[in-house]
Amino acid sequence: MSLLSVKDLHTSFFTDAGEVRAVNGVSFELERGKVLGIVGESGSGKSVTAYSIMQILAGTGKIVSGSIKLDGQELVGAGEKVMKDIRGNRISIIFQDPMTSLNPTYTIGQQLMEAILLHTDRNKQQAWDRAVEMLRLVNVNEPEKRMKQYPFEFSGGMRQRVMIAMALACEPDILIADEPTTALDVTIQAGILELMKDIQKEIGMAIIMITHDLGVVAQLCDEVIVMYAGGICEQGTADEIFYNPCHEYTKGLLRSIPTAEDTGEKLEPISGTPIDLLNMPKGCPFAPRCDNAMKICLREKCERMQINEDHAAACWMNVRKAVKGE
Amino acid sequence: MSSNTPNEVNKNAQPLIEVKGLKQYFQINTGFFRSIPLKAVDDISFSIREGETLGLVGESGCGKTTAGRSILHLYTPTAGEVIYRGKPIITAKDIAEFRTKATMVFQDPYSSLDPRMTVADIIGEPLDVHHMYKSQEERRQRILELMDHVGLNSEHAARYAHEFSGGQRQRVGIARALAVNPDFIVCDEPVSALDVSIQAQVINMFEELQDKLGLTYLFIAHDLLVVRHISDRIAVMYLGRMVELADAKEIYERPLHPYSKALISAVPVPDPVTARANKRIALTGEIPSPLHAPSGCPFRTRCPYAQPVCAESMPPFREVEKGRFVACHRVEEINS
Repeated sequence: MSLLSVKDLHTSFFTDAGEVRAVNGVSFELERGKVLGIVGESGSGKSVTAYSIMQILAGTGKIVSGSIKLDGQELVGAGEKVMKDIRGNRISIIFQDPMTSLNPTYTIGQQLMEAILLHTDRNKQQAWDRAVEMLRLVNVNEPEKRMKQYPFEFSGGMRQRVMIAMALACEPDILIADEPTTALDVTIQAGILELMKDIQKEIGMAIIMITHDLGVVAQLCDEVIVMYAGGICEQGTADEIFYNPCHEYTKGLLRSIPTAEDTGEKLEPISGTPIDLLNMPKGCPFAPRCDNAMKICLREKCERMQINEDHAAACWMNVRKAVKGE
Repeated sequence: MSSNTPNEVNKNAQPLIEVKGLKQYFQINTGFFRSIPLKAVDDISFSIREGETLGLVGESGCGKTTAGRSILHLYTPTAGEVIYRGKPIITAKDIAEFRTKATMVFQDPYSSLDPRMTVADIIGEPLDVHHMYKSQEERRQRILELMDHVGLNSEHAARYAHEFSGGQRQRVGIARALAVNPDFIVCDEPVSALDVSIQAQVINMFEELQDKLGLTYLFIAHDLLVVRHISDRIAVMYLGRMVELADAKEIYERPLHPYSKALISAVPVPDPVTARANKRIALTGEIPSPLHAPSGCPFRTRCPYAQPVCAESMPPFREVEKGRFVACHRVEEINS
C-alpha cells in the first residue's frame, strides 16, 4: 500500500464571481522515501493540491469530492481533531516565503520547541535538545546561540533552514515543500536542495516538491506530475517526463526554456495566455494554446492514458502509442 | 584605484555606452548626525558596443539593479562617469538628452504601470514628457505603432493595466520604454515575474526588437540560463563590484573567478542526467552586509581559495585573456 494515495480530488473556491475549480480530478500515489515533483504555472492548482492534503485551504475553499488516504486512513471529512494530529506530526509543510513564515516576536528556539512539545511527550529540556539537534542537522552554525535569536537576525537562507528544521522536528512521513527556494538566490537554493536531498536519504521520508522550476525538478525528483488548469496533464518518472514528454503542454514547456547547452537558437514559446479558471473550455484545457490541437481536443477532454509502466498522459496525441503499449 | 575600461570583444564596433569607475554610495544613518556609506556599486567599469546585449548577473543585494539605475542617472552617481557615444553625461541638459536615448524596463509589470491610466496614456506619457509629437493624430499613430511592435492589438489601447495578464503588461512596459526611440534599454529582471510559458514569448520579443530597431541592452537578471541565452557577454557582480566579464558562452562553460564558478555550478539544469552528474561548488557562509564589506577582496570570506593576500588588497579588475576581465589575485593559479 502506498503511503499517500490521492484519488479524483476536486477542490473549489466559491467566490462572488462563481465557483473556481482550482483542482479538478487529481489522482496520484506517493511511496515511502520518494520525491514527487508537482510542476505547473501559477494557477495550475499545484499549491491547492498540497493545501487540500493538509486541509489548510482559505475560507472560501472546499474539497468538493475525492479521497486522500494516508496509510489507508481517509483524511477527507476526517475532522479537525484528526487533522491537527496529522499536521506537523505525519505531514509537514514548508512555504515559499521564509521571511513571513516565522513569528518575529518569538525566538527561533521557542518556535522550534512549540512543534516538538505539541506533538511529542518530551519535556522542555528534551525539546530544547531536540531543537538544537535539528538545527545542527540543517547546518545552522552555533545552534545553541541561534536558539535564543529572533528571526530578524537570520538571513533568508538561514530562515528557510529553520523552517525545514521545524517541519522535520517530529519526523514526519511526508514533507510538502511549496516552492521552498523560489525566494532565494541560486547559491543558497543549491544548498537548501542538497540539504533536503541528504535529509530525505537519511531519515527516509517522502517529499512532495511543488515548483515551477524545471531545473529544481530535474535535480531532486524521482517522479513528476505536470499540472495545467487544475488537472494532471502528465505523470511519470523524471527521466520519462524530460526525455519522452507525451503531453503537448509538457513538450511546449521543455522547448520554451533555455537549456544548459544553449545553441543560441530561438526559444519556442507556448502561444497565448494562461487559462482563466472561471471560463474553462469544454475540451482539453490546453487546446486553445496548443499548436497541434485537433477537433477532438476542443470537443472532449482526454482521459489519462498509460504510455508505459512509468508514464501516463492525458493528451489525444497519444492514442496510437497508448493502444500499442497495452 | 580604478581599472581600465575593458576593451570590446569586437574591436570594430563603437562602444555605445562606456562606464568608467562608477560608484553609487548611499548614506545610511546610524545615529544622531552619524552616517556611514553603503557602497551599493563600487568602482565598476565596462562598455557596451552598439547592438550588443550585456547580461548582468549576481545575487540579490549585489548592486546589479543599482548599477542599471545609476547608469541611467536615475540616481546621481557618487563618482565615475557614463559616456554615451563618446560624450560624457555631466550636465542636467546631457541627462535630459540621454534619457531620450536610454530607457528602462522594470521587473514587476504589476506595480510599474499606473492603474488609473489607459494603456495608450501609459505608452504615450514619455512622448508627452519629451514633446515628441506635433499633433494628437501623430501621437495616436506613434502609440499604435509601438503597440504593434510589442504584439498588442489596437483595441487594447483604451484598456487599463489590470485587464491584462502579466506577459501583456510587460509588453506595455516595453512599448513605453520604446516610445522615445531609444538606442539603449536597461532591462531590470524583465521576465522573472512571468510564468515559465510566457517568459519565452517576452525573451523572443526582446531579441526581435533588437534585430528590428538595432537596440543595445543591459540585461539584468538572476536566472543564468535566461541571461546566457540572450546575452553576447556576461558580467558577474558580487557585493557592489564586478568580479568577471566575458563572452557569454565562455563564462558559462569555463568560469575563471571562484564566485562565477560557484554561481554557475549552482544553476539548476532542466535535465535529470546532467543534474545528477553535476558537481556543485558549495559556498560556506552568507553574503556579508555591504555596510561592513570585508577588507581586500569582497569575496574572500566565502572563497575556497582565499589566502592572506586576499585580505590585504582589492584585486584589480584586469584583462587575463583577450576580452576577458577577472578581479582575483589568484586567478592564474587556481585555473592552471
